[in-house]
Amino acid sequence: MRSPSLRALSISTVLAFCVSLSLVFFYAPIEADQGFLQKIFYLHVPLAIVALCGFVIGGLFAIAHLRTGDQRWDLRSYVAIHMSLIFGVGVLLTGSIWARASWGHWWVWDEPTLVSFLIVFLLYATYSPLRFAIEDPERQGRYASVFAITAGAFVPLNFIAVRLSASYVHPRVLGATSNLPSSMAFTFLVSLAAMALLFATLCSYELAAKRTRILLKVRSRTLGFR
Amino acid sequence: MRRTVGALVRKELLVELRTLESVPGMALFAVTTFVVFHFALNQNTVSGQEAAGILWVTLLFAAMLGVNRLFVADADQGGFDGFLLAPVDRTALLLAKALALLCYLLVLELVAVPAFGLLLLGPPLGQALPGLLAPLALGDLGVAAIGTLVAALAVRTRARDLLGPLLALPLLVPIVIGCARASAPLLVSAHPGGPALRWIATLALYDLVFGLIAYAVFDFLLED
Amino acid sequence: MIELDRLVRRYGEREALSDVSLSLPTGKTVVVFGPNGAGKTTLLRVLATLLRPHSGAVTVLDRQLPDEAWRVRGRIGLLGHEPLLYRELTPRENLRYHARLHDVPQERVQERLQAVSMTNRADEPLRTLSRGMVQRVAVARATLHDPELLLLDEPYANLDPAAIDLVMPLIGAESGRTRVVSSHDPSRGLAEADLVLGLRAGRAVIVKAAPDVGPEEIAELYR
Repeated sequence: MRSPSLRALSISTVLAFCVSLSLVFFYAPIEADQGFLQKIFYLHVPLAIVALCGFVIGGLFAIAHLRTGDQRWDLRSYVAIHMSLIFGVGVLLTGSIWARASWGHWWVWDEPTLVSFLIVFLLYATYSPLRFAIEDPERQGRYASVFAITAGAFVPLNFIAVRLSASYVHPRVLGATSNLPSSMAFTFLVSLAAMALLFATLCSYELAAKRTRILLKVRSRTLGFR
Repeated sequence: MRRTVGALVRKELLVELRTLESVPGMALFAVTTFVVFHFALNQNTVSGQEAAGILWVTLLFAAMLGVNRLFVADADQGGFDGFLLAPVDRTALLLAKALALLCYLLVLELVAVPAFGLLLLGPPLGQALPGLLAPLALGDLGVAAIGTLVAALAVRTRARDLLGPLLALPLLVPIVIGCARASAPLLVSAHPGGPALRWIATLALYDLVFGLIAYAVFDFLLED
Repeated sequence: MIELDRLVRRYGEREALSDVSLSLPTGKTVVVFGPNGAGKTTLLRVLATLLRPHSGAVTVLDRQLPDEAWRVRGRIGLLGHEPLLYRELTPRENLRYHARLHDVPQERVQERLQAVSMTNRADEPLRTLSRGMVQRVAVARATLHDPELLLLDEPYANLDPAAIDLVMPLIGAESGRTRVVSSHDPSRGLAEADLVLGLRAGRAVIVKAAPDVGPEEIAELYR
């Protein structure tokens, strides 16, 4: 049964978040220029990295779906993309708050990673409308997989393209990650691990819920309920 | 394969010539948009990055009109079935449609670019034109590849007119970046430069990658 | 020639075709009866390689579907509800296009146009022609490449008796080809059938040789 691994995942996620939040608030130093609100960096960047990986993983699952024809890969692909989209909302919100704290504006075009993320988000926002606009379930899965593969390939290319186009007038805050003091780097890594665990846990829950619903439908049909 | 692509392209162009559904609309849309821009910006001329931006955005949105209509005749009149029953390589459809779309884009540009030079562009178009050919060509290839893939994806869904542009525009952002940045230095009056090689390279790479992806996944859109 | 062994084709959770088995020898005709939604069109589309079977074995012209579908495509002719022709093109242009797709010499186009008596309107756009004329051009399209197997979905609808006489040599029993014909007309259907397949809700309720089937059995299907 699935529950032991779900339980283990949930517990480890909660633990990881406890550790990471304590680190964020009590261990990591307050950044000189940006003050306390800079700590949102430990939320924003892990959210972004996990969401982007989620999109790409969704594309990989889609490849498996097209190659094997097994609908379970389609389900995994859907859940990964769906969850990444939700995390993506978080990325944009936290990114906006951070921009406000750092530069006084609710949105900045000078942060190429944030800008690329917006484009990726707008693309994946069409995933669900695309699925719901196709009635035949098999074709829906196939078309969704084609989309997921195309969009998954788009993610890295888009980042490169936007990076190239960025003006280097404003200092890029994310560039600072390469020369973070070790205390911040450590906190960041723990936060990243916690976010990845959260993603995995939420995806597992959603997969389990969907599988249960499918099982229920199959059972009720064989038992003769309408 | 070549025979099949040839047969398909002939049919495409014949239908388009007969119905004139795509190309005149695209060209007219572009010219009208330039007029709208004149009023919206309240400027008689534009140059530099601004000019490049206006040109490429207009071309992009005009292209969307063509993308929307690309597979409609086939979807509505049984063209898919007719093709799928034939003993031919199915990827020929992707190639043929992309080639057809490319033709439409070329005709669009033959109208829109001179119109732009006439209506909005400050510096003379003639001096910019040779340098513009590379971004135009690479931009066209990218729009053709991605546009065809997206059109095939959107046409057999319920909201086909809406989904097409919504899917295509984010995917085409890197093309807009590349083309607009490459053209900007060409559209200035004093000391126009050449297109930066880095943008040409980016465009070429992007076209290549998405051309390959479209080639790889297209068959899955046709089978049932 | 055609072997179906427990063919299943789903649409979502519903089974459009459910455990359909059939064996049709070369040169024979099977007529498929059944109410709307019974799966007749689905069956024809599976045989035409347009839909892949979800389970069960399908052998057409000695080839397994879906793996060897590409081998049989050029040897099958489908005449469905849609004529599969472009309305803005003329009959001649449409047939020329299909001739190129199927790698068939262009002279065949004129032959076929003559066979269905459409030479005098062959150069006007299809949308100006009547339903019956369009159907005749569709027959020309379906037989252009001399297919060994004909799949006909209610082929005589939209045709007047004179037109039916015209197309019979091409798609009727006398054409000598193996045929799968879906029909709503019990008397005509039984007359031209060697085998009868009765479908209801995707299931094969009648699979018998034609002489053993009476019109009342067919009528039962529709009840």
